[in-house]
Amino acid sequence: MSFTIAVNGTSRTVDVDGDTPLLWVLRDELELKGSKFGCGAGYCGACTVHLDGMPVRSCSVPISAIGKAAVATIESMSAHPVGKKVQAAWLEMDTPQCGYCQAGQIMSATALLTEKPGANDRDIDEAMSGNVCRCCSYTRIRAAIKHVAQTDAKPAGAR
Amino acid sequence: MTFSSLKPVAPNEPDLSRRLFLKLGAAAGGGLMLEATLTPIARAAHAESAPAAINAFIRIAEDGAVTIMSKNPEIGQGIKTMLPMLIADELDVEWTAVRIEQAPLDEAKFGRQHAGGSTATPENYFPLRKVGATARHMMIEAAAREWVAPAGECSTKAGVVHHAKSGRSLTYGALAAKAAALPLPDPATVRLKDPKDFTIIGTSIHGVENPKIVTGQPLFGIDVTMPGMVYAVFEKCPVFGGKLKSANIDAIKALPGVIDAFIVRASEANPKGEPDGLVDGVAIVGKSWWMTNKARKSLAIEWDEGPFAQNSSAGFATQAEKLAAGAPATVLRKDGDPDAALKDAAHVVEAAYSYPFLSHIGLEPQNCTAHYENGKIALWAPTQNPGPGQKLVATTLGITEKNVAVHMTRGGGGFGRRLQSDFMAEAAWIARQVGKPVKLLWTREDDMRHDFYRPAGFHFLKGGVDAKGALLALKDHFVTFSKGGKIANSANMEPVEFPAGLAPHLEFGQSMIEFGVPTGPMRAPRSNALGFVFQSFTDELAHAAGKDPIEFRLAVLGEPRILVNATGKPDPLRDFNTARMRNVLLKVAEVSNWKDRTSLPARTGKGVAMYYSHLGYFAEVVQATVKPSGEIKLDHVWVVGDIGSQIINPTGAINQAQGAALDGLGAALGQAITLEKGRVQQASFDSVKPLRMDQAPPVEVFFLTPDYPPTGLGEPALPPVIPALCNAIFAATGQRVRSLPINQNTLKA
Ligand code: FES
Ligand code: FES
Repeated sequence: MSFTIAVNGTSRTVDVDGDTPLLWVLRDELELKGSKFGCGAGYCGACTVHLDGMPVRSCSVPISAIGKAAVATIESMSAHPVGKKVQAAWLEMDTPQCGYCQAGQIMSATALLTEKPGANDRDIDEAMSGNVCRCCSYTRIRAAIKHVAQTDAKPAGAR
Repeated sequence: MTFSSLKPVAPNEPDLSRRLFLKLGAAAGGGLMLEATLTPIARAAHAESAPAAINAFIRIAEDGAVTIMSKNPEIGQGIKTMLPMLIADELDVEWTAVRIEQAPLDEAKFGRQHAGGSTATPENYFPLRKVGATARHMMIEAAAREWVAPAGECSTKAGVVHHAKSGRSLTYGALAAKAAALPLPDPATVRLKDPKDFTIIGTSIHGVENPKIVTGQPLFGIDVTMPGMVYAVFEKCPVFGGKLKSANIDAIKALPGVIDAFIVRASEANPKGEPDGLVDGVAIVGKSWWMTNKARKSLAIEWDEGPFAQNSSAGFATQAEKLAAGAPATVLRKDGDPDAALKDAAHVVEAAYSYPFLSHIGLEPQNCTAHYENGKIALWAPTQNPGPGQKLVATTLGITEKNVAVHMTRGGGGFGRRLQSDFMAEAAWIARQVGKPVKLLWTREDDMRHDFYRPAGFHFLKGGVDAKGALLALKDHFVTFSKGGKIANSANMEPVEFPAGLAPHLEFGQSMIEFGVPTGPMRAPRSNALGFVFQSFTDELAHAAGKDPIEFRLAVLGEPRILVNATGKPDPLRDFNTARMRNVLLKVAEVSNWKDRTSLPARTGKGVAMYYSHLGYFAEVVQATVKPSGEIKLDHVWVVGDIGSQIINPTGAINQAQGAALDGLGAALGQAITLEKGRVQQASFDSVKPLRMDQAPPVEVFFLTPDYPPTGLGEPALPPVIPALCNAIFAATGQRVRSLPINQNTLKA
């Protein structure tokens, strides 16, 4: 079947079965390899993308359910006002170990910081606990999110 | 007891003259190319890994661009950043001017190329520096000739040679072609920097691939793609060693998206029975991975489950208890008269400890892309061990190794799993059958059910302290596993395990259970389990003696001395130095505020443990709170390590140490692989639980840097953290954890 979806601001048409998860459409049909496969079952978050700005596990969303929702992947985060700050903070903290989980982490963190620019520890626990980092780079992921939260939470001149 | 003399090994340059070979050449397009080969060190830094040889490669182009080849696979340990730092510092160039390339697999040229055993630092620290220093020496020599000035008057800085007297300077780029025409210097005349002059070593250099990682660019094995590529899955018997009787191949071939399906038989594809060679199964090849994997749901396979169909974790535990009731089959070590000493002891503690099988659960499932053409095959794989992978593929296909090209991709975690090459053999076999580029990708379920697991184990311990509270005797009956009568991979215990050599009376006995489970090394092999057993039991003995657990350990370590390593041959690199362990223990007491632990709130406790592995000395304290529900909250972790005089890349080192500590805590809290009817019962992250953000405590890392040669860090921070947690739980609740993973239900208030 043919499906047309909006990915990173571009309309893309693919011919796949309707039950094909968005992850495999992105990775194998559209050659966007940034979103990763870790479990295929919603447990690890390696496949996290944004659907209309909401973080979703793309391994568990069939292409037939996307409709007109805007899909954003890690490949577009450099052009996302919050995403690019998150990427910069990740670099600043030298966050990755193997790096495999980090696209998903950045997608979840960007969604969190877009909604709550001043995210605190509890917000981080809630928003980030669906993203496994097998290398356990959690200390730095938290530090990077806080780095963005603190720069964003305090407007210039405050306090 | 054997002690060698207590002589500090200064981190001076060892004699490399008969081991390091340099070769000079002109780079394509002009410039200098320096290749170096290091012959293996006779004493391996780690018993498990074969002695490593190294090779380095520097290219200095006429435009001044410096390229350094990084030879080892990158799996998240930071090697692709760290090894080139050693060369760049001695070469005296700016890090920002360096370009790093992943070397291809060519062990004839590059030496051993693997990621395992925390060996990269001890093997490469001096030789790679020498390589950089040689190239710098030649730049100076070329400039001195140009200026007709004594080389001794020339200095370098940031890729430029200066002659202060005449105020002249030349860039490395301008000198590269001239330097390439000079004879190689006598290595003895090439001086290494005094560490106080380092400009790169000891500074925090961020991961060289971070910019690609945070922008989602393809880097990993799973990201490899080729024109005309097809996809494959491989269904294996859920029982290890099972044989395929029949399968509905024709029905599978008729499914949409399926290009081919066929039976693979180990008798044909792995006649020699290589432990990580092919097993019986069905391969399905299709036009998309999703459709190909979906076709598996329609598979109907009849298996002959073979001799291990009755293996079960519960059965192993029962067998272990039976064996423990008798005498051990072998005695690994006996000092003094432990039985008599235990009779005389003021306090005797008896306890049974056990730990489960574990899966490596690297986040990137096993995968390999392969293309077979005209009797040759090329493979792209996230492997930790490309050399043995190449051999296995050659054996599997019956072709020579030179017809097997292996390209190392970045690996989404390794943890020891990718030392085995089963996924490469599968991809190779399928690729030959298909005749097109093919990407084999396992599911998470495949990955968890077909691992080379960390072996489970059982320890039946008895220990005694004397009236003064000193350790008097310890006996362990270790029940472990065998295959074909031989001890299973990574299931052994060395006779130097703590407190051997420190307890006046000691016996390590061992019995084995024959089984069919594939096992292999996992981050800090053996130590990740034995640390839990011996450091928890040491805590029990400290409490029985009425001593502070740190004081008790210090007393056991005793006077500063050297305990000879497991080979029995003194080796300053590998022998255990009690003084170094004392110092990390004292430091962790200080940074963790150990003294204040008695004033913690109810059901909050601090626990300590220490462990020596992979040449690294670590002592760690965990603070944990056990909620009334029994749920464990990790409050804080303090890690103190001694891995020698120099932390090469501090940011990477801290990341590794924090990761290792949290990795151990995650395993202790939520991970076990269990067997029932020969089958692994877990399949994904719902039942094997990796640590998550809301569980992860702050981890503070400290390094002592005494004058000993630098050693590796991928592994040694892990083993002490598990017993430190278990000992904290005891401090918080009075309940002793003797079996992993920790059963939080038993810790209710
Ligand atoms: S791959 Fe989607 S949650 Fe794991
Ligand atoms: S960096 Fe390896 S899984 Fe997160």
